[in-house]
Order: sequence, then structure tokens, then C-alpha cells
Amino acid sequence: MTTKNFWRSLEEYANFEEFQKSLEDEFPPDAAVRQGVVDRREFLSLMSASLALAGLSSCAPAAPEKIVPYVRAPEEIVPGKPLFFATAFPLGGYGLGILAESHMGRPTKIEGNPDHPASLGSTDAFAQASILSLYDPDRSKAITQAGAITTWDAFITNLAAELDPKRLNKGEGFRILTETVTSPTLAAQLKQILQQFPSARWHQYEPVNADSARAASRMTFGRYSDIRYHFDKADVILSLDADFLLSMPGHVRHAREFTARRRVKAGEKEMNRLYAAESAPSVTGAVADHRRAARPSQIQDIASQINDGVAGKGSTGDAWIDAVVRDLQASRGKSIVVAGPHQPPEVHVIAHDLNTKLGNVGQTLEYVDPIEPNPVEQMQSLGDLIKDMQAGAVDLLLIAGGNPVYTAPADLEFAKHLANVRLRIHFSLYEDETSERCHWHIPETHFLESWADIRSDDGTTTIMQPLINPLYAGKSAYELLSAFLGQPTRTTYEILIEAWGQGRNKDEFEKLWRKSVHDGVVAPELNAVGALYERPGRSQTAPTVSNVVAGFSPRSPSDVIEVAFRPDPTVYDGRFANNGWLQELPKPLIKIVWDNVALLSPATAERLNVINEDVIEIKSEGRAVRAPVWISPGHANDAVTLFLGYGRTRAGALGSNRGYNAYSLRTSASPWLIKNAEVRKSGERYALVSTQEHHSMENRNLVRRASAAEYAQRPDFVEAERDTPPGELTLYPEYAPEEYAWGMSIDLSTCIGCNACVIACQAENNIPVVGKIEAGRSREMHWLRIDRYYQGDIHEPEIFFQPVMCMHCEDAPCEPVCPVAATTHSSEGLNEMTYNRCVGTRYCSNNCPYKVRRFNFFNFHSNEAPSMALLYNPDVTVRSRGVMEKCTYCVQRINHARINAKKEDRAIRDGEVVTACQAACPAGAIVFGNIADPNSRVSKLKSEPRNYGVLTDLNTRPRTTYLAKLTNPNPAVKT
Amino acid sequence: MSQEIIGSGHTYATITDKISSIVLTRKTPHGWLFGFGVGFVLVMLLLVSITYLFVEGIGIWGVNIPVAWGFAIVNFVWWIGIGHAGTLISAILLLLRQGWRQSINRFAEAMTLFAVACAGLFPVLHLGRPWFAYWLIPYPSTMGIWPQFRSPLVWDVFAVSTYFTVSLLFWFIGLIPDLATLRDRSSSRTGRVVYGILAMGWRGSAIHWHRYEMAYLLLAGLATPLVVSVHTVVSFDFAISILPGWHTTIFPPYFVAGAIYSGFAMVMVLAIPIRAVYGLEDFITMRHLQNMAKVMLATGLIVAYGYLMEHFMSWYSAEKYERFMTLNRWGGPYAPAYWALILINIVIPQALWFRRVRSNVIMLFLVAIAVNVGMWLERFVIVITSLHRDFLPSSWNMYYPTFWDWSTFIGTIGLFLALLFLFIRFLPMISIFEMRTLVPRSEGD
Amino acid sequence: MQTGGQRVYMAQIFHRSTNTLSRVSIFGAVFIVAALTTVISILIRSPYFTEARVVRVQPVPFSHKHHVAGIGIDCRYCHTSVEESSFAGIPPTKTCMNCHSQVWADSPTLEPVRASFREDRSLEWTRVNNLPDFVYFDHSIHVRRGVSCTTCHGPVDQMPMTWRENTLFMEWCLECHRHPERFVQIRGQHVDSPRKLTNCSICHR
Repeated sequence: MTTKNFWRSLEEYANFEEFQKSLEDEFPPDAAVRQGVVDRREFLSLMSASLALAGLSSCAPAAPEKIVPYVRAPEEIVPGKPLFFATAFPLGGYGLGILAESHMGRPTKIEGNPDHPASLGSTDAFAQASILSLYDPDRSKAITQAGAITTWDAFITNLAAELDPKRLNKGEGFRILTETVTSPTLAAQLKQILQQFPSARWHQYEPVNADSARAASRMTFGRYSDIRYHFDKADVILSLDADFLLSMPGHVRHAREFTARRRVKAGEKEMNRLYAAESAPSVTGAVADHRRAARPSQIQDIASQINDGVAGKGSTGDAWIDAVVRDLQASRGKSIVVAGPHQPPEVHVIAHDLNTKLGNVGQTLEYVDPIEPNPVEQMQSLGDLIKDMQAGAVDLLLIAGGNPVYTAPADLEFAKHLANVRLRIHFSLYEDETSERCHWHIPETHFLESWADIRSDDGTTTIMQPLINPLYAGKSAYELLSAFLGQPTRTTYEILIEAWGQGRNKDEFEKLWRKSVHDGVVAPELNAVGALYERPGRSQTAPTVSNVVAGFSPRSPSDVIEVAFRPDPTVYDGRFANNGWLQELPKPLIKIVWDNVALLSPATAERLNVINEDVIEIKSEGRAVRAPVWISPGHANDAVTLFLGYGRTRAGALGSNRGYNAYSLRTSASPWLIKNAEVRKSGERYALVSTQEHHSMENRNLVRRASAAEYAQRPDFVEAERDTPPGELTLYPEYAPEEYAWGMSIDLSTCIGCNACVIACQAENNIPVVGKIEAGRSREMHWLRIDRYYQGDIHEPEIFFQPVMCMHCEDAPCEPVCPVAATTHSSEGLNEMTYNRCVGTRYCSNNCPYKVRRFNFFNFHSNEAPSMALLYNPDVTVRSRGVMEKCTYCVQRINHARINAKKEDRAIRDGEVVTACQAACPAGAIVFGNIADPNSRVSKLKSEPRNYGVLTDLNTRPRTTYLAKLTNPNPAVKT
Repeated sequence: MSQEIIGSGHTYATITDKISSIVLTRKTPHGWLFGFGVGFVLVMLLLVSITYLFVEGIGIWGVNIPVAWGFAIVNFVWWIGIGHAGTLISAILLLLRQGWRQSINRFAEAMTLFAVACAGLFPVLHLGRPWFAYWLIPYPSTMGIWPQFRSPLVWDVFAVSTYFTVSLLFWFIGLIPDLATLRDRSSSRTGRVVYGILAMGWRGSAIHWHRYEMAYLLLAGLATPLVVSVHTVVSFDFAISILPGWHTTIFPPYFVAGAIYSGFAMVMVLAIPIRAVYGLEDFITMRHLQNMAKVMLATGLIVAYGYLMEHFMSWYSAEKYERFMTLNRWGGPYAPAYWALILINIVIPQALWFRRVRSNVIMLFLVAIAVNVGMWLERFVIVITSLHRDFLPSSWNMYYPTFWDWSTFIGTIGLFLALLFLFIRFLPMISIFEMRTLVPRSEGD
Repeated sequence: MQTGGQRVYMAQIFHRSTNTLSRVSIFGAVFIVAALTTVISILIRSPYFTEARVVRVQPVPFSHKHHVAGIGIDCRYCHTSVEESSFAGIPPTKTCMNCHSQVWADSPTLEPVRASFREDRSLEWTRVNNLPDFVYFDHSIHVRRGVSCTTCHGPVDQMPMTWRENTLFMEWCLECHRHPERFVQIRGQHVDSPRKLTNCSICHR
């Protein structure tokens, strides 16, 4: 299956010499260091200190330490034992149910909440990294008035003075701008405010929103309604530029449901089929069985052609489309058509039409009343606000969350008109671009610092509980709004209790409340009787929209270059710009860190005569940005994809002045697409850092792949047994079997390359952030990386993901070469790394064929803020300079399980040890366990015929093996 | 008349005078002052580099993942290689009764010591935590565990330290009679005392000479296997690993050959200027230079054969990683280094086939320099190109040496020079008593 | 002696004895090295260096001897989490006050304790038994496996002022991990094999 035509790396495809030159340009042999020296100066002292300490720990006992017990010990805390609390991670207004781990009152780790339907026990990279933001030293720490630090009371008195006249004039000129609100209580509070101030207005805006879908449902049904998909029920899925596996609300559940239909046992061939038409390659496109690269504007044409086909208007002459049509027709009521949030309403309408025609409504998807208490088309809402501001009709503006000065479309000139507002109050987690232009700034509490309630895309409500008191002078949105209601002293808890408890008998409520808080899901009884508002009902209305579809505008001319906007896969709309973990997280597919890029297809790059890291200028409507090029195989031709979230000026130490600001091109009329932009080579170059330079597998059979059909015929296609040399060839004796033999299985047909595992690993194992320069010198520290390979035609390549961490080889090449026995083989088959014994010869890394070992070239932790120390997982050593490290299979978790088991005189149960990556994986692709037990899940998976090890021909006998990737291509489509 | 190994008309007296006067009476030539000055400055550079290294960590170098070994190891192997000629000349040629060795063995040995000293620095410096280097030495630690004896790096510790110790003894014992001579001829009291202490009461009695000869012969026998063992063990650092381009059985012999190759080249590089500066053409005659040239030619061909075999094997083994490694050396990003190596290390030295070249001091000097550069490149190619593209294409990456890589390397060259210049200033760089044995009987006393 | 023909008579630089001296120094070299190693390895294991069996000064002169041997209080009364957690637990001031609000309620030596309780300020004890941060020791499993407190902490009931009984060197830990049968008072259940107990990851993560 890998005997297809290869092209090595893009550089060889394009122009190797130039690439070489460009490399030297960006990292001249010593420039990197000279730059490096500057920002490493500051922790020079710490470094020598650590040196001294290391010296001490080796021989002399540590300096006398104080031990400080409680005066009165809280019952629930047992020193040295973690506690877990159910809460939710909010993003774009929607909540993801999580369990937050707390060590002695310090939140240290996020896990999924199995009882929460939006999480089902797993998380995404954002949720995993959110814990870092909690301890971010750059968070706003104080209430300020005109930049001067002041107090909450001062604010209250000022506010009161402001609001009294407003009460008389019904709140004339009083505006509130929030982000998407799903919180019932918050909504209720806002409603109360609007009752008190009838002429006041409440606007909602987020740069990444559901406007298109909203508009579509308005056009179709005459009212707003959301769609809830059930991908586990769909045999055929058509994605119209919809990255439903990674970036749409509910993506964690989507991934779980979608991959549930892609696990194929030997002999079976039942598997769902995914068609994806998209402009920029997304993870959804990467795992699709058939991917069609099309310019953003063409998606609509494809959609309507498919629609015509399904309507029975005959062949379009396009094999791909015909195949899709036939497949959809063949699976009526068992298919889904998803339209991407970045596509215009028309495409969503067509999707409605298709789903209705195919009888999917009520089967694989359902229309539900909006989750949001007050759904609006946000761009419209923001527009109205700005009109009023322009007209000078606004004299008191409360911006409760969000950063509109940065995120508002350029054409609305928010910042300019903001100046017309007499009194501006900004409430947010960071003191950002908007705070800068407001009179008051109120620091917001991190979601782990305060009570709250929130709903997820499926309507589940969660009571969010605090794990720690506000680290800084943060206030919750509830407290803030309560202040506007004239009750500044009420705590968030009181507000929530009252909101949920009203009209209920005391102790019954007490019971329900405790249960709801504990489970992280509001008890049905509580929800049902909930006075806030009832759970959204199901509406089965089958829309008829062909007439709507008729009047759609025709395709755009194809000689112009289209510019599409996307939220950044790691810093989202810019709110995570100061999160080091997410900045250093290689972006799916392109593997770029610390920057945003302009994606081009190879052909378009050739046409514009640019190579990677050339800076292009994109002009539209008199506005321009300069962005560095990154060539992305499989990208649509004549299109450029820009990513939001960078080019910030007041994000904090890590996020500021990084990359370019795509918002400065964005328009309110068409926020996701510029149909006709002027793109030219600027002649500048900009150094980008990608953690994977090479794209081809070099015929090395690393990712093995077959179609479900092929697999059914030849279950043994991976030919695993052919690789491994016979045991008697090795000089060293086999390890004697023990009751436990730890092993891992990774299913490549379900891995969607979403990066959740990478951050989970970083959080669990105290892995440092190294920064752009060090990453550029190939010194990133991730223990777990996701390799990405392209195969086949450069314009429409097949894309593979492969999570790679330490394989815990039974014949580990790293072990015999370590001169001090710092890396050894445990009796349970773990390849152990003992940091405190390591002297740093780095021989083990040289000898590791998987190159999964990471080295502390500097004391990377020492340039972290002191507050970060609270984040460390106390069960894992914080590595200092000069030692090697790598994946340990989360040995700390194994040891906990072992100790518990021993204390109960029993064996460790299957599934009792769950590694951080496994826990995070929404696709359930990673399974860990005891392979000495034939009945364990991992053993069963490893016994499947598509199980194989990577580079086993080196006789490494890895304990981590892979399940070959299965696809379900449509034989009617030639690839 | 260049076939003589000593100029005509020399008596015991003239030899003794000529050599000892360099140390005792003759005034320090400007060449020496200049040379030592350069060495000293570079030593300062080395100290700065090391200090900065210890403060910051090895991140100041270009090493990364996948190329976790860089200049440090390249230089280590290179220096060790250079350190080979000394013992070879002294021990093996002594056992083979090669008279012509006697004028060059003394500073060849000195060179060995200094080269090994420079080499010895790198394995320690390149550690992530150099202050724990002593963990590689087996000693009763409070941790209750021992080093990992399966690791070639531990073997290195033994190989190199043994080699250094034996070379030191060999050199020192060889010095004793001459130290005595200096003690007796030195005009200053301090000179007498210092040389006296070092001479350890040598009186030149028959019994002294008897035991002396015995001890010297024994040490020679002891040192001989070491010549082979050291670089063999060093080559294991690579051969033991599984990396394409490292994992090959030909390494030990071809590393040893390469070592002797570069060793002799270095002796040549030093001998030619020194004989000019101190007018020692009578003692280090063309015959010496030509013999050394021949040894270089021979070992150089062995090395060439080694390269050939590597590539043959990577084809013959039909092993995809090996094959890729070879192609990558020829055409990969580091191909220039490889082809430079072939040119400098294999093609240029072929000039030594011609007597005209062998009898031209300048040409010999240039070739010798070329060989030293070439052998350094060889180690660079082996270490870097094998590491930067190994098994998983996803982790392939480039290695760029930094300023500090260079400064450390050049610094050690300075250290080498400084030590060498001190040696030729304060000790007889040519063995007086052994030269005496070359004087034809008739001209004796 | 012969030097270039003519005879030169010169004074002795060295006394005869230096001959013997030089001989001795040759052989001495070997032994000096050996001796030095021995001395050092003894020195770093000495209480002077390890501070084992050295009494630590505490804010309150708490006597384990009195409370354990004298009154007969069980260790777990104060070190509550020893059976369930890695950390044995240092008693909160509350625990002291359970008794000392009645007993010795106004003895001046206990003033710091009362002060701590009154002002809700923790007592700051000096750590006696301390391990490096890269060692993960778990009390609960050791106790559960039948390692008695005294095996590691020594005769605490005989300590008027507490000291650390053992060096806590790795070699000391390994004594037991390599030969558990010598130290564990088995209460029915089996002891893990040394092979398992000497996995690096048992203590280092």
C-alpha cells in the first residue's frame, strides 16, 4: 500500500538549494545563540544555583527544611492525596464537562468528566491547557481606573453614582456587550438588568460564532434552532468545509461518536464513510475517506450540485460528486451533511435541504431550540452597538468579557467609535487591547476560581465549582452584574443558590444541588423544575427550502485569489495567545509553533513565486496585512488561508507582537472570506519554526494502511510478523515474565491528530516550554508528538497522523549504552528514566531509533514565573538542566495503582491505570494496560491482525504497537 | 645524503651541547615567544568558553535532538587519534629496533600526552551535568550502585586513562637520563634542584642503565597493545550503536589506521617548523620526514579502503537505512563536507607517491596539514550525517555549530600549542642519550 | 663524571637521604590514592556529614520518649495519614490542644503551641527525616507491608529529643529493597521479589 509515488519534502519538490539558503538565513550558525543569550541572561543566576544544589544533593544532605503543619486540619484533605472536582471548561460560551485534579488545594490537571455527555470522559487541547492560564502571571491582577489601581468599593461607589441617573431615564445610552452567554443564571441577571433599565441594550459578540447557521435557520424555519448531530448513527457523512472533529462546538463528542464507527475487527468491513470538501486541510479532511480540495466559494457550488444530484437531476459529470450523491441516496436516514460555520448561510440552507431530502432529520440529527437563552446573529448585534456608539447614543458601555477592540472586524472601526462612549468599563481575564481603551478594568476570575453555571452544545447544564480562591483580585461576571443590579455585596455562590433554589423546598434542593455539583451535570429534577427556563424541546419540522436555494448567487470567477479566515488551531481567536503550552503546540498538519501563517497550495505558491517563509502582502478594500507563507499540500488552489488570534499588542509576555493580525482584513459583511484579494510577494522573509521538516515516509512502512475491503480479504496485510527477527538471534536473555507487563496500543484508524494527548502529557509530566528560538533549534520537549506524513500526489495527498512516544522497547537500544545506568529496564517492561542519575551523555538519544528522548539543554523551568510552581504535578520530578527525559507510561499513575492494589491485597484491575494521553483522547485511540493478562483490553487489541510495531526490524520489540489505519474509500472514486 | 638519520661529524659532546643548549643556554627565539603567545591567548578563549558552558549548559552549542553529539565528540575522537603517533613511534618502532625513531620519539610522545589531555577534556565538557562525571568511575558510592559496564562510554574511561598513564610513564622514564644531564649542566641552582628532583637520583651507573633498559623495554611492550586498544574502544562508541553509518564492524581497524595517519601528520606538522627554527636538520633529517611520509601514505590507503568498505557494505547489506545513509552522505545537505573529506583526506595525500613531493619540505608540510583537516572532517561526517537523518523521517533535522562550538575547539588547539611550547623550552625535545647511540663508534670519546 | 672531555667537580645538591625519599614516593603514590579514597568514603558516611543521630532543635521541646514510652500514645494518633498516604502527616496544633487544653494547660514551655492555636499561626518544626525531591517514598505501603516504624526511624520511643536514626542514603534503602525478608515482619502476606523492589521507578519518577 505504500508503494505509491513519493515526493520527499516540499523543498525538494520546489527548490532544494534555495531552501538550504533560507535555512541558513533564518538560523545562521551562531545567530540563534546570540539571540538566545539575551533572553537567557535573566535566569543565569538560577542556573548556577541549580548547579550548586545538584552538587549538594549528590553527597551532602539537603539544608535543614522547615515543616509547617495545619493549625486546624480540614477533614477532606489527606496530605499527599489528590482530590477531583467536577466542573466545566467554557469555550465560546459552551461548556465541556471536566474533572479538575487538586493537590493540597492546587489545581494541577484537567481530566474529562465521563458523566458529562459533551465530554464522555475525554477533553481537547484547549481544556487541557486552560489550567496553565490559571497560573499565568500576566493575568490582570487589579481593578484599575484610567490605569491607576483602585478598589472594588471605589468602583461600586462610582457605579452607583452612574446608575442613579440611568434609573430615571430608563437606562438611556446604557449598553452591555458580552461574549456568547449560555449560563442560565447570567442570562437571568441580564434580563433583570434590562427590566430595571428598559432602554438599555444587551449585545453579544465573539469573533468565532454561529452566525451563518443562525441566518440559515432563520431563512429556512423563520426562527433560530440549533442542530445536534449523532455521528454514531451515520453511515455516510458529507462535510462541507466543516471541521466537526476539532473546531465546532461539541467536537469532543463528535470525535467519540465518529470514531466509534471506524473500529473494525478482523473479517468485518462495516465502517462509516466520510467525504470532506474543504479549502484548507483540517484534521477532519485528513481522516476523510475522500477529500476534495475546493476554494471556499466553490464549496457552495459543490453543495448545490450534490443537492441537485440527490434531487434526481442526473449526473454532473463529476465522478466525485456523483459518487457522493449515490452514497447519500443509498443511505437515506443514515447519513449526515454538515455545513461548516465558516461557510455562508446558503451552504447551511442547502445542508438543511439535503438532510431533509435524505430523511436524516430525527434520525442522525435533530433540530433543537437554541442552547443560548438569547441567541442573536452576533455580527449584526455588534454592528448595531457600533452604530449607536458612532451616533453618540451610548454613554455607558459595559464590556463583560471578550476583547472587541482586537477581535472586531476592521471595517466596523470599533476602537474609533469606542472613543465616543463617555464611560467604558471592561471586564476580562487579561488587561488587553480593550482594557487599554476603557476607563475601568475589572479583572475576571478564571473558571477554576469561581462558581458558575454553563450549558454545553447538547443542552446539558453544569454547575461549575471553584477549586481555588481567586489568585488575584478577580471578580466573577455574576458579582459584576449583581453590582449593576445594586447588590454589590452578594457572592457568586449566593447568586447561584438563589437562582437555582427559588421556589423549591430547602432540603430537597440541598440534596439535588449537592448531587448536581458533585456529578458535574445538573440533576434532571433540578433542571426540569428549573425556574430559569426549561430544557430545549425537540422540533421535528422538516423544512422545504428548494425555493430558497434557487435564488443563490453563482460562483465567483476563478482567476482571483480568495482569502479565507480561520480561528487558529492552538490560540483560537487570540484568547490563548499568552498560553505557552498552546503556543508551543505544533499546529495540526502544518506543525508550526509560536506563529500564524498564510497557507497556500503548492501550485499557488509556484504561481506567486514564493517558497516557505516568504512574506506575502494581502490587500483588500484598502487594508493590508503581511503574512509569512507556509505551503500546505492539499490546500485549494488560488486560495489563501489566514489564521486569527495573532498580531496582538497587549496579550502578555508570550503572546504580544507575535505573528500577524488577520482581524485587520476582516469585514463584517463577509467575516470568513474575501472573494477577491490582491496578493503579492513582498520580498521579505520571516523565520517560521516547524517541528517536522520532512513529509515523506521514505518507503519505511511507518504508517500502514488498507481499505476496509482489503482488510476483510487479507486481515494480515500489515505483515507484522515478517519484520521482527526471531528471538534466538539476540544475545541478551528474554526478560522473565512478571504478573504485570505494561503495553500500549494506538489505533491509527481512529486517531484524528487533535493534539489533546500532547497537552495532556505536558500537563501531567511537568514538561517545560522552550520558546521559539529553542524550538527552532529542534529542542522542543514534548514527550508525545504527533508525526504527520503525506503520501501520493502533492496536490491531493493522503495525510497520516501517528502519535509517537517512548515505545518502551523490550530490547531497548538506549539501555545498554548509558554509562551510569540512568535508563534501565524494569521487571514490568517499563523503560525507566532516572533523572537524578543521568549525567547527560545523550548517547541514549542517539541510539533511540524513534528519537522520542528529550534533553534539557538549559534549565528550561527556571525562566518560568514563581506562580507556575503551583502547577507542577507533585508526583513527577521537575527536571533540571542537563538530564535526558522521555515518556514514562505515566509511571506515577502505575505506582499509585500498584500501591492501592497492594494495600487491598489484590491485582491491579484492567483499566485501573489510565495514562494521561489515553484519558485525554476523544477518539479512544490510545489504550494502555497489562499485556501479561490475555483478557485485558490492550491484549485483545494487540492480538488483532492489524497490530504492528514500528521499526521492529531493528529487533527493538516495542511495547507500544499500532493498529494499522483502515479507510473506507468508495470504489466508484478513483484516487 | 638525506638517507642518514644523523648529520655527519657529530660526537657525543656536540649532540649533548646542541640539544641541551636549547634548554639551558641559548636565548629564547622570537618564534617561541610568538608561538607560545598565540597558544596562551587561545587557552584564555578556552577558559572563557568553558566558564560560559558551565554557567549556561550545553545548549550554547549547536547540538539538538536528533543530533545530540556534535563538535565535542568530533574533537574528542580527532585529538585521541592525533595522540597515537607518539606511543607508536616510541614503543612499536623501539621494539622493531628502528633507529630513525630516536630523534622524533621524544616530542612525538610529548605531543601524544598533550593531545590526549585535550581529548580528555571533551567527554567531560559535553556532559549535561559535568560535575557528575565521576559517576562513570567505579567507586564505592553511597548510592549502592555501579556504573553500567555494558556501555562503551565506561570502556572509554578505562581505555583513555590507561593510555594516558602509560604514555606519561613512558615519556617520563625516557626523560630521566637527559634530566640528569640537564641537572649536571644547569648553571642555576634552581635548575639543578628542579631537574635534580625530576632525575630521581640518576647517576648513570651500569646498574642504572641495566635496569633502565629493562624497564623501558617492558613499558614499550605494555604500551604497544594500547596503541591499538584505545582507538578501537573509541570506535566502539559508534560501532556498538544501531545507527546507520555507525553500526559497522570495520570501525576498529579503520579508526586505528586513521589515528596513526593523523598522528604522523601532526608529528610532521610540528617537526618541520621546529627543525627549521632550532636548526636541527642534522637530527631530524630528510630520512625521518620521508619515512613518516611513507607511513602516512600506507595508513592513508587503509583509511581509503575503510571508506570504500563502508559504502560497499551499505549496498551489499541491502539494508534500506544503510543505503539511505550512504546516498545521504553523497547527496544530502552535508554532501559538501563529505566530498571535501574525500578530496583532502584521500586524493591529496596520493601526492606522497612521488619522491619529489616526499623530498620537498614545504609540500610535506602542506600535505600533513591537509591530512589533519581531512581526519577532522572524517569524524564530522561520521558523527553528524549519521545522526541528522536516521530512522524516523519525522525527526530529521539539521545541525549548525555555534560560536561556542568553534571557540572550544580552537581553544583546545591553543592548549595543545601552549603545552608543547613549554615542553620544548624547558625539556630536551630530542633524546640526548639515544642520539648518542647513533654516533658511529669511531667518533665516540 | 664525563661531560664533554674536561672534569668538573661540583657540590652535592641533594643529601643522600633524598634517594630513599624518591624511592618511597614512587611506591607511596599508589597507597596514598587508596588511603585517600577510603578516608573520604568513611567520612561521607559519618554522622558529621549525614547528620544521622544528631538531635534537631525544635520550637517546642517535644519528647517522643515521654508521649510514646511514657504515656503510650500510638504513633498514628498524631501521624494520622501514615496508613493511607505517602506522607505520614505532622499533627495540626489542634491535635496537641486536644490534651494540652487540659493537661499542662499553662506550662510556659507549651506557650508556642497555645500561641499557634490562639493566633491561628502554624508551628514551624525543623524537618528531621528528609529525602531529596526526586525520591518518592510512600509511608502507607511500607506500613501495610509490615515495615515497622522503628525499622527506619529507630527507637523513637527512646528519643527525648528526636533525631534521624539512619543516613537515608540510597545504599541504606537498598539494604531492605534487596533483602526485604531481613527487615519485614510478615503479617501473612508475601513480600515482593527484590527484582521488583529494585526497579528504579519504584522510588524515582
